Amino acid sequence: MARSLITLVGLILFWVLLSGMFVPFLLAAGLGSAIAVLLFTRRLDIIAGEAPPTYLNWFKFIVYCPWLIREIMVAAWDVTKRILHPKMPISPTMVEFSPTQKTDTGLVIHANSITLTPGTISVEVEPGRFLVHALSREGGASLAGSEMDSRCTSLERH
Amino acid sequence: MTIIIDILSAVFLAGGAFFCLVGGIGLVRMPDFYTRMHGASVTETLGAGFMLIGLMLQAGLTLVAVKLAMIGLLILFASPTATHALAKAALLSGLKPKLGEQHSGEGGISSKP
Repeated sequence: MARSLITLVGLILFWVLLSGMFVPFLLAAGLGSAIAVLLFTRRLDIIAGEAPPTYLNWFKFIVYCPWLIREIMVAAWDVTKRILHPKMPISPTMVEFSPTQKTDTGLVIHANSITLTPGTISVEVEPGRFLVHALSREGGASLAGSEMDSRCTSLERH
Repeated sequence: MTIIIDILSAVFLAGGAFFCLVGGIGLVRMPDFYTRMHGASVTETLGAGFMLIGLMLQAGLTLVAVKLAMIGLLILFASPTATHALAKAALLSGLKPKLGEQHSGEGGISSKP
């Protein structure tokens, strides 16, 4: 119940932030939309369960974001060079490895970080098993036990 | 001061346009479905990111800039999820990725670009 209330308040604040107008009709529409979304999420049963805010070390997450952005830029530049190279030096590989995260939140952050980094896409994600498609063999080989893996694990809080 | 911001934002917008174009070229040049997705990921990270930064510089400290930042966050959360769902669906439906060296006899793969 408390989580539903937090979700509702959050949704209403999000509406107000995006609309920026305080006309009664729009505020009522926002309230209606927030309630509708809340009912949908309750029906989907995704409010309860493992809630990211309590399972995440937020301070480390804030440090992690700039590091990830830097990684994305380096990887994107690498993929850009491969695309524009006349011979297109790619060597697609499928790599299977075991991530070290224990919680769903950690696994999701790791899998999304892999996909967000150009040149690698997480195809199958299960606890203890990631299947990743990599554009180059070097990119695929550097996945298991990577710095990203250990950083994502250190984000978890049990 | 405004001219500096204008130039900076122009640089970011041009950079974003460049990476969007590169993503498009990648889509056309890559040999199969999975590798094409790598091309598209350049567009959705650096292309969209630089564009949004350029637009935020134009918007200044307004509600519009906050909305642009929200769009950026949405892209950062939604695009990897969508890409993952797409790749997984392709694999489950039996589409085999082409692996290994794609170009016959050119030897461009072992040498780093």
